[in-house]
Amino acid sequence: MTSAFQPDFEQLHVEDLHAFYGESHILHGIDLRVNRGELVTLLGRNGAGKTTTLRAILGLTGRRTGRISLNGRDIIGWPTHRIAHLGVGYCPEERGIFASLSVEENLLLPPAVRSGGMGVEEIYAMFPNLAERRRSQGTRLSGGEQQMLAMARILRTGANLLLLDEITEGLAPVIVQKLGEVLTALKAKGYTVILVEQNFRFAAPLADRHYVIEHGRVVDEIARAALPGKMDALHTRLGV
Amino acid sequence: MDLFNIPLPAILSQLVVGLINGSFYALLSLGLAIIFGLLNIINFAHGAQYMLGAFAAWFGLQYLGINYWVALLVAPLAVGAFGMLLERTMLSRLYREDHLYGLLLTFGLALIIEGLFVQGFGVSGNPYATPEALRGPVNLGFMMLPKYRLWVIVVSVVVCIACWLVIERTKLGAYLRAGTENPRLLQAFGVNVPLMITLTYGFGVALAALAGVLAAPIFQVSPKMGSDLIIVVFAVVVIGGMGSILGSIVTGLGLGVIEGATKVVWPEASNTVIFVIMAIVLLVRPAGLFGKEK
Ligand SMILES: Nc1ncnc2c1ncn2[C@@H]1O[C@H](COP(=O)(O)OP(=O)(O)O)[C@@H](O)[C@H]1O
Ligand SMILES: [Mg+2]
Repeated sequence: MTSAFQPDFEQLHVEDLHAFYGESHILHGIDLRVNRGELVTLLGRNGAGKTTTLRAILGLTGRRTGRISLNGRDIIGWPTHRIAHLGVGYCPEERGIFASLSVEENLLLPPAVRSGGMGVEEIYAMFPNLAERRRSQGTRLSGGEQQMLAMARILRTGANLLLLDEITEGLAPVIVQKLGEVLTALKAKGYTVILVEQNFRFAAPLADRHYVIEHGRVVDEIARAALPGKMDALHTRLGV
Repeated sequence: MDLFNIPLPAILSQLVVGLINGSFYALLSLGLAIIFGLLNIINFAHGAQYMLGAFAAWFGLQYLGINYWVALLVAPLAVGAFGMLLERTMLSRLYREDHLYGLLLTFGLALIIEGLFVQGFGVSGNPYATPEALRGPVNLGFMMLPKYRLWVIVVSVVVCIACWLVIERTKLGAYLRAGTENPRLLQAFGVNVPLMITLTYGFGVALAALAGVLAAPIFQVSPKMGSDLIIVVFAVVVIGGMGSILGSIVTGLGLGVIEGATKVVWPEASNTVIFVIMAIVLLVRPAGLFGKEK
């Protein structure tokens, strides 16, 4: 087994990825490389194609072309459920908490995709609110708690590549801060993370690299060290 | 105590008779609800699959020496397997289309299956002997009920409650509920949803076939037995709320009883009461008594 900390193990490599929803051509040749243990962000305005990029990696869009290599395997033709079993955990933008399941059922729902996932007690220690409300209906939780649950349930599965879509969207500052702590902890444990984020101030201190997406293409790639010199350009790109 | 000058034992016995019909409504609408939930398809072939269950039992007894007890297990398995074949080869192509296509396909399949059986076996019914152990009456105090009919009620109630418990209380049920709500996300978590859909359809069909085997000794085994029953069952489903598991069980049994009660006070209305209730429910609560408003 490769160590989670082994440098430069290329976990995900996306090349010239095109994706469609029906007839709409949404992604126009995305290129990404993510090494094991890295945390990279996808930045870009609303509608740039960030969510579609994550969904396309999982095979949740319509037709796709290009190459997606995950742990060295070419997965573009694979059915979605098999992709998950290569160790992918997905936290969707709309959070996707199931209303017909209790909090605990939501937490226990995703099957283990690799060994070495966090135990339920460890997760409840990380998110005490969830433990208190484990019997509640999933969608009765507050927005922040639902976000915690959406994160927590993929940590249980042993997934080591996390695709996180706008996890701080619409949440109170204390919860955003909590999520920042969680991500820092995950990074320390060697997880690989792709973080789609509008909240740049949240993402900047956590990320190793940033990809800027515009109109379904990667238009810039910024390493953490290069960030200070690129702030003006980035602000223009993101329209903030 | 007499109601409308009708003696109580007569009322109770009609209610019990209603409960027998209700047992079939519940089993059939439960299968429809499970299928509709996950596949979003209104399975119009359900009546034909019920008939196939009864025929499988009859055919087994007649030609293969398969007795009732074995048929109770084997007929649902065989018809369920046939259902899975239909799902893999035909229904699975329609999930991206409007509901209407699934409805039309299954309706067409029902017509074809029934047509073939009419060709092969004629329209007249074939009797199926009640198994030895369940012959004779039981004394309920207020009436003598044939043992077999009590058996049907018990099996139906037990199967329905077991299904409900599995769906509401187990991991497997959590998959089914989650898949009903958001199948793409469930699949993104690594669950083989296409396989789950095939098995679920097979299970719903097997429930219909089980009802068919149970029906064989009571009704005649005939190609049209399903199409007569299924219209009432669809009314039950509409009243209970499309896709609601608990709704299908409770309304199935409940409407059987109401039908029985109507037979006591106004016999002429007993065949239409369910449709009258359906019309009222559609006016007052279009999503059904247990359905969620969209
Ligand atoms: N299911 C869909 N069907 C058709 N078009 C879609 C769908 N989802 C997203 N789009 C379009 O794809 C583009 C990219 O969307 P998205 O990936 O959600 O952007 P982002 O996450 O960067 O805000 C947008 O123009 C959006 O309207
Ligand atoms: Mg998005």
